[in-house]
Amino acid sequence: MVSGIVSYGVYIPRFRIRVDEIARVWGDGDDISEGLRVFEKSVPDLDEDAVTIAVEAARNAIHRGGVDPKRIGAIYAGSESHPYAVKPTGTIVGQAVCTSSSYTAADFEFACKAGTAAIQACLGLVTSNLIDLGLAIGSDVSQGAPGDMLEYTAAAGGAAYLIGSRDLAAEIEGFYSFTTDTPDFWRREGMPYPEHGGRFTGEPAYFKHVTNAARGLMERMGTEPKDYDYAVFHQPNGKFPVRVAKILGFSKKQIEPGLIVPMIGNTYSASCLIGLAATLDIARPGERIFVTSFGSGAGSDAFSIRVLDRIDDIRCNAPSVRDFIGNAKYLDYAMYAKHKGKLRI
Amino acid sequence: MTTQAPRFWRSIPQRYNLLGTHCNRCNEYFFPPRNLCPNCRRGAHLEEYTFKGTGTIVTYTTIYNATEEFERLTPYNLAIIQLDEGPKITGQIISCSEEVKIGMRVRPVFRILGKEGDRGIIYYGTKFAPLIEPSCLESAEGLLNSAKESD
Repeated sequence: MVSGIVSYGVYIPRFRIRVDEIARVWGDGDDISEGLRVFEKSVPDLDEDAVTIAVEAARNAIHRGGVDPKRIGAIYAGSESHPYAVKPTGTIVGQAVCTSSSYTAADFEFACKAGTAAIQACLGLVTSNLIDLGLAIGSDVSQGAPGDMLEYTAAAGGAAYLIGSRDLAAEIEGFYSFTTDTPDFWRREGMPYPEHGGRFTGEPAYFKHVTNAARGLMERMGTEPKDYDYAVFHQPNGKFPVRVAKILGFSKKQIEPGLIVPMIGNTYSASCLIGLAATLDIARPGERIFVTSFGSGAGSDAFSIRVLDRIDDIRCNAPSVRDFIGNAKYLDYAMYAKHKGKLRI
Repeated sequence: MTTQAPRFWRSIPQRYNLLGTHCNRCNEYFFPPRNLCPNCRRGAHLEEYTFKGTGTIVTYTTIYNATEEFERLTPYNLAIIQLDEGPKITGQIISCSEEVKIGMRVRPVFRILGKEGDRGIIYYGTKFAPLIEPSCLESAEGLLNSAKESD
């Protein structure tokens, strides 16, 4: 059975802080934004969290596809910043997008790749004909401790994908995952900020998993980088996806449309899903997109996607990624600290 | 701790999706929902109706000194909004680049309305933001061209 993306929607909060402003406060060098290749990052409003972002993204996906939400049979919400430790994000999303009550839901957590894991779970239910439509979401208001390197990139955003087997905007031709036990980044129960292994997050974590998943999928499908028009990789900063693309043999042109981290930072569970959405915003029917996520802990999911004719019919029914990027309001560090709850009243 | 969870739960359809009622006989819309049409009384034909959520600001005020629950949000704008179907409702206008004005067109957004402290439930619901239209065709074409030029 052919299955894939029926529709997609994104949401990026409109507030931004420039990386140079964070560096000014902590006395780090002026060149930190150049080093990270991240120049500004999105910041949630005072009344936004992973749930509100997930709802906005899901509503955009449903509106873009002109889909009856009563068809949705599963909602899987991926995040590492679910506002409740116990109480699903997915049920709030379901109520807010007016599904029926006849659906299954669960919240996923796999660092930055929980959203692509949600897509895989929906694909399983759709291709086995157990549900008509699945709603897979990656949404985060990610945390970085004041003064930690993570603070320069930890951003907020969400992406939602409706997965089905008819009226497809893009076919998911295949996927492949690569997973190991790698303690590169973690947050213990009850702790407000995550910890990480510094440089250990590079070679043994991001690069090992992304390259293995990507090569595994291309080997399984008998494809090469030149068979794809675009490629999207998880974007913890602006350097890693560019370097991993080069290692794998993808060109700068292939990754450019989906490389959004320099403008909005690392949106964690939404990172490569927003990159994919930015690519779908411009892709033409017949073009192919290669996507590989990465989640610390660690694992990568690679997808091969072929864009279909329906993309042109639905594309403009909801705001594009560039619409959100262009609608920015800048904060200084004091206002940013207020928005992120770093100030205790 | 005491919780208002049952009270909040009962109003979820109204808070999340502006579920009201509509009288099919006199064509009047009601929010919050009414069980009785004051115009048609016993002859009313009431049905559930989900409001589009788009409307126009009738008047507004800016809150600088809020109650404890809302003090993190100050200053914020509270408005009376006339929904396109007719009813007027009170809602918060989220921070926006444009100055809030009487007559401004708004759309619904999903936000946190309040929290029962650090341990209780989180109340979600509808606030309002300035109406924007997607411009995806222009931006998509521009991006495609810039990607091709940089190759």
